[in-house]
Amino acid sequence: MKIFSFAELLSACNEYNKRIFEIAQEEEARIAEVEVETIRLKTLENLIAMRDAIKHGLKSTEKSISNWCGDDCAKLQKRYKNHPSIFGRVFEKITEYALATAEENLRMGRIVACPTAGSCGIVPSVIVAVSEELNIPEKKQIDGLLTAGTIGLLISNKVQLAGAVAGCQAECGVASAMAAGALTEMLDGGVNEVLQASSLALKNILGLTCDPVCGLVEVPCIKRNAFLAVHAVTASELARCGVESKIPLDEIVDTLKITGQLMSPMLKETSQGGLAKTKTAMELEKVIYKKKL
Amino acid sequence: MEQKSIFSVISPIMAGPSSSHTAGAVRLGLMARNIYNKPFKKVKFILYNSFATTGFGHGTDKGLLAGLLGYSVDDADIKRIFDIVKGIDYSYEYVEDMSRHPNSVDFIIDDNMTISGDSIGAGEIRISNINGFSADIDGKYDTLILSYRDKPGMISKVSNLIQKQKVNIASLHCDRDSKGGVATMYVALDIPVGDEVLGQIKQIKDVFYTANVRKLK
Repeated sequence: MKIFSFAELLSACNEYNKRIFEIAQEEEARIAEVEVETIRLKTLENLIAMRDAIKHGLKSTEKSISNWCGDDCAKLQKRYKNHPSIFGRVFEKITEYALATAEENLRMGRIVACPTAGSCGIVPSVIVAVSEELNIPEKKQIDGLLTAGTIGLLISNKVQLAGAVAGCQAECGVASAMAAGALTEMLDGGVNEVLQASSLALKNILGLTCDPVCGLVEVPCIKRNAFLAVHAVTASELARCGVESKIPLDEIVDTLKITGQLMSPMLKETSQGGLAKTKTAMELEKVIYKKKL
Repeated sequence: MEQKSIFSVISPIMAGPSSSHTAGAVRLGLMARNIYNKPFKKVKFILYNSFATTGFGHGTDKGLLAGLLGYSVDDADIKRIFDIVKGIDYSYEYVEDMSRHPNSVDFIIDDNMTISGDSIGAGEIRISNINGFSADIDGKYDTLILSYRDKPGMISKVSNLIQKQKVNIASLHCDRDSKGGVATMYVALDIPVGDEVLGQIKQIKDVFYTANVRKLK
């Protein structure tokens, strides 16, 4: 895209009276020298792969290499069958789908990195769960995913979306901002509300570190997908009520980048600090390395 | 600033669990396969740094082998590759070397070609060295590789022949072992050169080796 900031994106939407996904799909089509419909089909292909990952994840209980993870989604499904969540079926599905996808990822199953593999459950769980429960047509789901992609893309122009660069704020945090924008778009929020939802989501995860136990995409990554999927819904709810972030989204992204630079390398995907250096994590490390040798 | 695509954020569709340690590993394998471009019996993988320390938990070892055998990044069989593969002698070595990229690997194929590459994030890769010569191949372009005697005028001879076919050059990278010694050239192209032009380039005096390396899908 030749739009590089959220301020530019918002003024382009206002000037041409277009939604974010309309500007994005036209720009994508222009650069790739294809029709807009081709871009939408490619987006649908990703959406279908997301649904497939959820479907597979819901059925499997295969455990991970650490033997710690892989059956949490099954626990949710079992519990909700007889004891509905106080937040209703949408909440149940979002948390189930986020865990289903993240667990499928750790089993080397087929997922869509969105924006990364470690954060692959957040955007799909929100889009798919809400669409199923509110009967949102496929066309609008594609609009939502394109909106999410645009938000992630503009953030990635400023900061590389990798835990090793800026901690988990750049992975699950950005995924949550993307999901918040997608949800607001699918629920017919205004363009400003879409960006406000992303702002609120991103602002409230600044400083999140990446400290995976044994360097695996398991603890705390899997459950974090469920937490930050729900976080995205909170942001969208507030934004659609007219709540606004006092700090503009572009400045929040700058802050994310600077916070990433200030973060110790020990907390950026090196497993040399944080949860990875707890007594329990170190004990597991011994077991896993022994298994390997 | 380079104009990036939305699909750099939503993608790839891949076998988990890590875009850098799994999808990147498969793509490095696929790229090494395109460069070697003939059947092989034996391969040794040297994994460096983070590839060596956390790679096993991310299936980096499986991904590298699967890619070299032509499996795509989203193939569900990658996790079972050790049970599937037959007739290939493969081995792994784990090394710490901070002069190398954090996610780095050497492929030593049939004891006659060494290909080095890095997984640079989000599934993106870079081939950095082939048989001791520095390279810069990201798999996004069809690339013409040449080895030749270092002397003035080689770049213009090659680019003239490419231009005849009206192929646009996206980027050019050269290296040499010494002045007047053996040189290598990597030409990234918008479409691959045809067999005819490749034949003509082969016939340039003092060109030892040419290959068309296909881009990754």
